[in-house]
Amino acid sequence: MTAMADILRPRRAPVLPGDRTVRARAVTAGLVVLLAALSAASLAVGATGTSLWDALATLARGGEIGLRERIVLFDIRLPRLAMGLLVGAALAVSGAVLQGLFRNPLADPGLVGIGPGAGLGAISAIVLGGMLPARLQALAGNHLVAVAAFLGGWATTLMLYRVSTRNGRTSVAVMLLAGIAMAALAGALSGVLIYMADDAQLRDLTFWGLGSLAGATWTKTAAALPLIALSLAAAPFLARALNALALGEPTAAHLGIPVQLMKRLAILTVAAAAGAAVAVSGGIGFVGIVVPHLLRLAIGPDHRYLLPASALLGAAMLIAADMVARSVVAPAELPIGIVTAILGGPFFLFILLRNRGVLAM
Amino acid sequence: MFSAHDIHVSIHGRAILTGVDFAAAPGQVTAIVGPNGSGKTTLLKAMTGEIAYRGRVSLDGRDVAAMPGWQLAARRAVLPQSAQVAFPFTVLEVLRLGLAAGLSADRRDLPSAALARVGLSGFEGRPVQALSGGEQQRVQLARVLLQVWEPVADGAPRWLVLDEPVSSLDIGHQLEVMQIARDYADAGGGVVAVMHDLNLTAMFADRVAMLHDGRVLARGTARDVLRDDVLSRAYGCTLRVDRTPPDPATAFVLPQAAQHA
Repeated sequence: MTAMADILRPRRAPVLPGDRTVRARAVTAGLVVLLAALSAASLAVGATGTSLWDALATLARGGEIGLRERIVLFDIRLPRLAMGLLVGAALAVSGAVLQGLFRNPLADPGLVGIGPGAGLGAISAIVLGGMLPARLQALAGNHLVAVAAFLGGWATTLMLYRVSTRNGRTSVAVMLLAGIAMAALAGALSGVLIYMADDAQLRDLTFWGLGSLAGATWTKTAAALPLIALSLAAAPFLARALNALALGEPTAAHLGIPVQLMKRLAILTVAAAAGAAVAVSGGIGFVGIVVPHLLRLAIGPDHRYLLPASALLGAAMLIAADMVARSVVAPAELPIGIVTAILGGPFFLFILLRNRGVLAM
Repeated sequence: MFSAHDIHVSIHGRAILTGVDFAAAPGQVTAIVGPNGSGKTTLLKAMTGEIAYRGRVSLDGRDVAAMPGWQLAARRAVLPQSAQVAFPFTVLEVLRLGLAAGLSADRRDLPSAALARVGLSGFEGRPVQALSGGEQQRVQLARVLLQVWEPVADGAPRWLVLDEPVSSLDIGHQLEVMQIARDYADAGGGVVAVMHDLNLTAMFADRVAMLHDGRVLARGTARDVLRDDVLSRAYGCTLRVDRTPPDPATAFVLPQAAQHA
């Protein structure tokens, strides 16, 4: 809310040309409002057929609502909304951080193999988790899949960075090609594991692999929460470093940035956010690349504003896509990955066409 | 003093620098010259910690390897040979990165002053990627100046480290940029610059080090170093100082002869 207060306060200094601070704050405040409105709508709209607006209004007045509405709201809609918020924010922020780290707007966790790597981790946990000592299983509990996805994403990100960076320079071509290779490898290994899986595990895998918020429960949300919360909390500490990295690693170091430390933190952040998101919702594409891109056009690439705005817009976009996913073919549901691709793809192309000049690099 | 002692650098098993000693004093412009591949930029990169080296680099008596990055950033700024900005930052946003790394982070008026200094007044709102190569190089110079705006801070000199600062500039802007370096040194700061242009070096450098095959071939004032024998040996062709072209029909233009308005 500080952002809101800053906009409303009359400014003493006139806005300098080239200074997009005020606009960034205004857009951020607008995104907060948008996200709040979408969240309310997402609770009220759905396949049950009953409009829950009335129930929401009753609740807001402190009144009582029926059991059916209570179950739909608190056990189905609310965890789904919470997971949508978390996953959307995680995907968008991990995209923005990865792009900053690689100095390239095309880096996306899904595109460069981090998604498949995290997927391999998650599938390993589902299929091989039973082989772990019972003690360890009890300890890991519901977090096992999320942690395994994080480890898979982390290992992939680390390898990707090592392979594509030489003498402090990251080659985009090498990065994309290495990403393709690693995605293929992770996919193949995942295939082997799926082949090994028994029927119960196959069912788990199928639900997981759909790329959907449909299976959202409080347990799952709680499993993803720590990793995503940690990475979202780390993001602000990365902002200044990512800004400096836009000038290249040597220059960032000359500006006093502890480059190696920040790179490690960025890789951990991406792995944690993307890994946890993949663990609970499967692979949802496009959010990590479209959201930061749109925001760079709107408020500029300053990561101090880009990262929080990405979290907000990512969450908003995913919730909107989820509403579409469960409305268009109701009472059935589309996998949300299909919706984000169908909505995101053409929109992304359109923006790209309009801004080719600015984006050329 | 900004000095390097007995610096050795090997890249892929090939020795680039072998036992180089170099020192620059505050209040002076110190140029590093030499033919392509002689190790000029490598020496600069060793001194700024960009590459691994054997030997010792010290800044005003302190070993730079032991200084944290933020402390170095407050003492010296480095202009790279070329700097591609990865995202569509505006000129002002790039300049603020330099400003924030120095000691004058609260001076909101400085970016405009720095732009005026490099001849780019009014460029604050331009997307930096849309500028020409020479304009981008001058924006980077303004960013570097903002990082160490006062040539002397807390009684200690600050340093501008410039890797071929005039490589993509026309002759007018070359003179302008070298004058900025000259003024910085005259105000008590230190300047270390890798130079290709021997005429500009002769005009603006107080001290010159000539590198050749990873060693220092000659050092001293520009007069001491820019001699027929040193130049001919370093550059592998017969060069003669202070000679006009033997054929009077050949035109020549020297920056030394430029007259500033």
